[in-house]
Amino acid sequence: MFKFILQRLGLIIPTLIGITICTFGFVRLIPGDPILALAGERGVSAERYAELVVKYGFDKPLYEQYFAYLGQLLTGNFGDSLATHRPVLEEFAKLFPATIELSIFALILAVAIGIPAGIFAAVKRGSWIDQGLMGTALVGYSMPIFWWGLLLIILFSVTLGWTPVSGRIGLQFFLKPITGFMTIDSILYGNWAALGSALRSLILPAIVLGTIPLAVIARQTRSAMLEVMGEDYVRTARAKGLSGRRVIGLHALRNALIPVVTTIGLQIGVLMGGAILTETIFSWPGIGRWLVDSIYKRDYAVVQNGLLLVSLIVMGVNLIVDLLYAAINPRIRVQ
Amino acid sequence: MTDTTAPLPPTEIAPAPRASGLAEFWHYFSQNKGAVLGLFVLAIVVLIALLAPWIAPYDPTLQFKEALLRPPVWQQGGSWEFVLGTDAVGRDMLSRLMHGARFSLIIGVIVVALSLLGGITLGLLAGYFRGWVDVVIMRVMDIILAFPSLLLALVLVAVLGPGLVNAMLAIAIVLQPHFARLVRAAVMAEKNREYVTSAKLAGASHVRLMLMTILPNCLAPLIVQATLSFSGAILEAAALGFLGLGAQPPTPEWGTMLATAREFIQRAPWVVTLPGLCILVTVLAINLIGDGLRDALDPKLKRS
Repeated sequence: MFKFILQRLGLIIPTLIGITICTFGFVRLIPGDPILALAGERGVSAERYAELVVKYGFDKPLYEQYFAYLGQLLTGNFGDSLATHRPVLEEFAKLFPATIELSIFALILAVAIGIPAGIFAAVKRGSWIDQGLMGTALVGYSMPIFWWGLLLIILFSVTLGWTPVSGRIGLQFFLKPITGFMTIDSILYGNWAALGSALRSLILPAIVLGTIPLAVIARQTRSAMLEVMGEDYVRTARAKGLSGRRVIGLHALRNALIPVVTTIGLQIGVLMGGAILTETIFSWPGIGRWLVDSIYKRDYAVVQNGLLLVSLIVMGVNLIVDLLYAAINPRIRVQ
Repeated sequence: MTDTTAPLPPTEIAPAPRASGLAEFWHYFSQNKGAVLGLFVLAIVVLIALLAPWIAPYDPTLQFKEALLRPPVWQQGGSWEFVLGTDAVGRDMLSRLMHGARFSLIIGVIVVALSLLGGITLGLLAGYFRGWVDVVIMRVMDIILAFPSLLLALVLVAVLGPGLVNAMLAIAIVLQPHFARLVRAAVMAEKNREYVTSAKLAGASHVRLMLMTILPNCLAPLIVQATLSFSGAILEAAALGFLGLGAQPPTPEWGTMLATAREFIQRAPWVVTLPGLCILVTVLAINLIGDGLRDALDPKLKRS
């Protein structure tokens, strides 16, 4: 197992370097003058320009600039936002809990509905239940989620008035962040009204963000279950006269869930992409909206290193999933 | 419980466009009712797209100043003059949606063509030559895959500048590693088969071996992936349009139409519901076809 972990880490290093080369290079591809773009200034004097060239190290050879950038990153310096003049890392850390909270609820929703739906469809294979569930899953999988969000807002926020249109919590509540997770903070403060408000704000975005992962998990669970149910050991279990429920729950499900775990892990990237759209629609103050706003504002420092931070996190999660996968499935480790 | 009455799955993937192969393919494909329905719906969308300039009642950018936000015909205040209503500047929704079909389909076709071209080239090179070529190509693919795809497309568009062409380019770059991986794996599986060795002994060149001997035998998974990418490209392009970074107004692209419609969510819901419905129906039809193709082309996954 230890060797496997080392191997995995070894594979990740070239990718990490590649990612930093990408984010390093991308600023230099901006049409127009990258120096002015980075400084967020326009029509500067020649002296100021020369100053900026030195400040951003553009007077040095490219490889030196890259290593300087890498050095900065290694010391935890991810640059300053052009708009707020605050460190990118600090802004990221402040907004990240909102995205995580949303993603976790979306993932819980996707898993809690997707896995039972997949199992049910597999057990009732070929029936109208199966067809209905898988048809619904395919609709979910094909859903333009930005439109889905707008539809839910029309129905639940505008027409029924059950949920707020935007934000994380009602405006009348102000909680000084402890963990940054609105739901946990309101529990810690014992403010149940705030908790209710936070949950009401959370439900629609979580549904929207969870829709595609839910569909993918349901489809994957069904096909994994079908595959496992054709295996000899399941047939043996049936032949022994075990009840259908026991065979499915104990013998089939445990083995079917292994590929599903990988699928769930792969959804983290999907969630991060979906968060951009979901947070934009619901004005959710998280990473996704921050990045989109930075693109609108041409805040290239944020775009550059925000992209880097997000992909680092996605890679980290994928690594953890890989290791978990190896832990539950010893066959992987040998390969 | 395997169904013993069903015909045995064929032992090899049928890639060649022989008449019998095609008939066999259709036999399996047409058993999937959803796939046939998808094909039917997609055919209608394609027809609408092709005929849009002739069947659309109005020019998609023509503004009727006296008919702003007119509701569709089935709602109170609607009329047959504007069957699906008008948008905030008085453009006919039906005409815009019909022309929108052109954009979505063209986006899908171009993006898939670009990513197929890139993916096949890189995958063939990596799988055929292995060694450092393989390492370099696959590491670069890993890097692209390490970014969340929509985010990478978004940043690429931010760098290249907003617009439909750049959006398509960005999406093609993001989708292309999937093809490269697929082709590479297929090439590696096929490379040491006897028919390849015999072609090599007969004196076939590298290019001939790659393109004429090996590639046709990797087509089945590629077709399935291309179908899924086709719908994926339409969704991502619509998402970029929605965020204001894809096609620019007044282009009647479905995603772009949604972006400008957001503020009328309360007053004129049809401006929001209709373009999204078009995206959903088109993407769903393509995904249904994709599922059917997978079942028909891949004997391993075939439902018995």
